[in-house]
Amino acid sequence: MQIACIAVVFGGWQIGSTTGALDPLILPPLSAIAVQLGAVLRAGSAWAAAGVTLAELALAFALAAAAGLLAGFAISRSAFVVRVFDPLIAGLYAVPTILLFPLYLLFFGIGPPSKIALGTTMAFFPIVLSTIAGFSQVKRVHIAAAQSMGASAPQLFWHVLVPDAFPVVIAGLRMGLVLGFLAILGGETITSNAGLGHEIVTMAESLEPAKMFAYIVVAVALASVLNALTSYVEMRGRRHESA
Amino acid sequence: MKRHPYAVRLGVIALLLIVWEVLARRFGNPLFVAPPSATLAATAALLNDPAVVQALLAALGEIAVAFAIAVAAGVLIALPLGLSSFWRGAMLPLILGLYAIPQVTVLPLFVRIFGLGPPTKIAFGVTHGIFVVILTVVAAVRTVDPILLRAAASLGATRRQVIFDIVLPSLVPSLFTGMRLAMSGVLLGVLLAELYVSTTGIGFFTQAFTNAFAPAKLFGLILLLAAIAIALNEAMRVAERRLGRWRENTA
Repeated sequence: MQIACIAVVFGGWQIGSTTGALDPLILPPLSAIAVQLGAVLRAGSAWAAAGVTLAELALAFALAAAAGLLAGFAISRSAFVVRVFDPLIAGLYAVPTILLFPLYLLFFGIGPPSKIALGTTMAFFPIVLSTIAGFSQVKRVHIAAAQSMGASAPQLFWHVLVPDAFPVVIAGLRMGLVLGFLAILGGETITSNAGLGHEIVTMAESLEPAKMFAYIVVAVALASVLNALTSYVEMRGRRHESA
Repeated sequence: MKRHPYAVRLGVIALLLIVWEVLARRFGNPLFVAPPSATLAATAALLNDPAVVQALLAALGEIAVAFAIAVAAGVLIALPLGLSSFWRGAMLPLILGLYAIPQVTVLPLFVRIFGLGPPTKIAFGVTHGIFVVILTVVAAVRTVDPILLRAAASLGATRRQVIFDIVLPSLVPSLFTGMRLAMSGVLLGVLLAELYVSTTGIGFFTQAFTNAFAPAKLFGLILLLAAIAIALNEAMRVAERRLGRWRENTA
């Protein structure tokens, strides 16, 4: 049934655009997209663009994770500090991060650094908020038990705090990675000189819709792979934690 | 003396503003950064610039229209999906698949179809808001209290009566949750499209201020947009809390 639905949509698309019922400049035939997809994959231009985007994401995620985990852990050490900062950070998070992109363009120019800054900002918030939440919900009984049995500070951290906070923190990290990817694609689409978003816009503007869709397919595939990979890591992490 | 988190939070904000002011004045390159005082002055000036005010009002109108369409169309699409397992099985995977696509990649396509004006921004806002409405409403329809449905059936209610007297009223709380999520989606969609199109609207001014190295104006414009976003999100949160809770009060 689902297959029938999908078949109808794709079949209609292919027939519509080859017969001209659909504007082929907007929705080119699927067969043309497949040909172009093969071409950009073979020519390596898709890999180069994806490489730029992924490198931006890797750096943004590393920065956001380092800052978010450190800040979140530091804030979570005192219930009072949590009550000061948690609403402040959550309030800032309510502002659409994309609004900062024009500022980053001014500061860092149109190259990758402005996308890295945008991705870092986007990923930072879920990571810091989940780190605060994760470490402040550690059960007091666990801490008291460990301390009464003479656990050292590093032991307490690695064997009590981290395992207890892990499921919440890893969910935040995953969300940060996915949102960071979307933010970087968005930044590349708005103003950039390289990356998948840049290629998509360039192809759209040079009236090469089949190539544009080929790059969109690459971007969607990348998003799915990231999603699947991170849910796998999260699932394994949870299982490890409950074992 | 008892410490109040609220007071300390204000203190933290004040401290950050002071640090920003001092750093921007001392070390900041005036071509790139503006201190809070200059930003505030520029914000006031922007509000006296009819062209900027017009662009802001246009964006606000696009957000309102996109939000209304996303919620109305979302509910209309969600009802049959929630009520019939046939349509749910047929369409929901398709909808989830569409939802998983990073929408920003098809933004150029929207511009190609809808042009550079408000229709593109409204359409992009709708596609960013509608999915959460559909998903929350479908989930809500499926969790309508089965006792109510059985009671209605045994009392001989028509399908129409079931929908209007049982399903729709019990949707209200989740509808407000869906609306709150839809608002943040619509804001993202409209702002993305506004920033992408640099020949008119907000995107024109952000690019003009950037190219003119006028950071105070750019900061000011972003401040105004952030204020609009915060106000709309906050309004939705209050609406959800106040109006979305009727069921618990009467139950």
